[in-house]
Amino acid sequence: MDHAAATPLDSRVFSAMTPYLTAEFGNAGSLYREGRRTKDAVDTARTTIADILGAHADEIIFTSGGTEGDTMALAGVARAYADKGRHIISTTIEHHAVLHTLDALKKEGFEITLVPVGQDGIVDPKEIERALRADTILVSVMYANNEIGTIQPIAEIGKIVRKYRATKTDLSSGPFFHTDACQAAGYLDLNVIKLNTDMLVLNGSKIYGPKGSGVLYLRRGTRMRPIIFGGAQEGKRRAGTENVAGIVGLATALQIANDEREKESARLEDLRHYFISRLTREIHRTVLNGDPTRRLPNNINVSILDIEGEATLLYLDAHGIACSTGSACTSESLDPSHVILALGRPYEYAHASIRFTIGRSTTRDEIDKVMEVLPEVVKTLRRISPITVSEDATGMSHPEAFAGEGLRVKATSKNYK
Amino acid sequence: MDTQDNKQLAGAKIDVINQYTGEKWYYSDIVKEHFFKPRNILLDAPVDGEYDATGMVGSPACGDMMNMWIKVDRDTGRIKDLKWKTFGCGSAIAATSMYSVMLTENNGLTVDEALKIKPQHIMVRLGGLPNRKIHCSVLADKAFQKTANDYYRNTGQNEKIVVEGARVIDDRLNITDKDIEEAVLEGAQTLEEVQKKLKVGVGLSEEAITDIEQLIRFYAEKYYG
Repeated sequence: MDHAAATPLDSRVFSAMTPYLTAEFGNAGSLYREGRRTKDAVDTARTTIADILGAHADEIIFTSGGTEGDTMALAGVARAYADKGRHIISTTIEHHAVLHTLDALKKEGFEITLVPVGQDGIVDPKEIERALRADTILVSVMYANNEIGTIQPIAEIGKIVRKYRATKTDLSSGPFFHTDACQAAGYLDLNVIKLNTDMLVLNGSKIYGPKGSGVLYLRRGTRMRPIIFGGAQEGKRRAGTENVAGIVGLATALQIANDEREKESARLEDLRHYFISRLTREIHRTVLNGDPTRRLPNNINVSILDIEGEATLLYLDAHGIACSTGSACTSESLDPSHVILALGRPYEYAHASIRFTIGRSTTRDEIDKVMEVLPEVVKTLRRISPITVSEDATGMSHPEAFAGEGLRVKATSKNYK
Repeated sequence: MDTQDNKQLAGAKIDVINQYTGEKWYYSDIVKEHFFKPRNILLDAPVDGEYDATGMVGSPACGDMMNMWIKVDRDTGRIKDLKWKTFGCGSAIAATSMYSVMLTENNGLTVDEALKIKPQHIMVRLGGLPNRKIHCSVLADKAFQKTANDYYRNTGQNEKIVVEGARVIDDRLNITDKDIEEAVLEGAQTLEEVQKKLKVGVGLSEEAITDIEQLIRFYAEKYYG
């Protein structure tokens, strides 16, 4: 139950890709027949994706995945408009592909404003509006969050950004609006006209397509400096021989996801509702992270208070159940999830968070199986735990345990008057 | 066939794949044994005076927390019982479970001997831990150091108290700035409250009292200001 991390390759996608992994090995840049055939395949894929996004084919740039798309959109566009302004707006709950690119841009002299989200995990468009300045060149807000699944009001924010741009005398000075839609694909409408975005990023590995495939939609009239140099592929914007099988696979996967979107979303929404209500009803002191309805149909993220996420994950894994956690223990940096902290929750909430992301193969039986096992696991681990976190906690439960360790947070001791 | 076998073999050994780095973690059978069946967990809230000393610490690296309790035989000075609880990951649970066994097995170590058990000794007994998880086991010996300090304070062996990286405010009772910080984080706001918490005050010099008052103001401002 970790579909937000990776999805299995759809067999229909695999079939579509197979010829380009075997017989059709031509370089799409070659002029002879083999090359032309693969070029045709790439062109067809480009048109398919453009149609789904409501875009022009020349606005589609193939990438190696979500991270490259986000980096390219942010770094590429920021550098192209650096002479017009150096201010960039984003949010505190973005994926690291965005946040770390912004960190790098900060070192290049750009100024970054990260707008906070509410306790529901949703950004208030008015906050974005307030952050806009004459020198703002870029605004980046994810379509749906990868950890807690909350859906951001992209169309509304896009409208605000566009309106602001229209008030400027130099219309070519931005701001431009980027959205990371990797988690949203397959569940939400991706039409860039309706969404008012100038850039949108997708990848294959979240939609039952191949890993290492992705797309950056870049609206006509938005300039971008390449971040990868070499040949003239992708309209001189992304050099490198086309990953033909990946591109064909991505287009096929997106087509299937788009065709099945409404039906599958409705099915998963029912399952999500069932799962969340069982979790919160049957395991007391379990708190849902993020808005209960304005979230992806496949995302269930709860903090099971007082127990640590990695321990829960390992106990579940022993029962053959896969999920993920925002606990510091499994993260790259040993930092707890920045998304849960951004909700105004103490680190114990992040440490205790468990994410289940369901998908095409998930059935009600599987959820029942989790609910057979999980309450017992929680009981065991709560017996081991020395803490009792309050359900409306905003501060740490036992700050005194960290005395002398250079604690950097404010304490909210119950005893302190 | 060969490939299939290898796959199964590799698959059986990998316990966790880090969700961000893709790094594969392997846990030894001993680690798993202690993780799934931790020894010496404190199951019921202790009544006053049931244990001779207690200590709670948090890990600044990852935010884990651990609480420990000990009973010491007054005649032999050996640890009769060691109980613990943790808000921590699999490695922290396994390491502390093993640590609790090491301190209490074969009639128990004395508190002084127990303080010589280091994370690397736990590691050997566990059959290793993944590199990135070694720091998890450090919390067990830190919790014990604090528990031992509490024991020494309770039994008037103040000279044995060791607080790493701290400044001693009262050398007779071995009270450090860390102790003051902890008292403030527990909610103490005045000199009297801090003295009550730390059992200090009698015979303290004017100088030490000024020092403590200053520290109380500093930490109150830092954490609650």
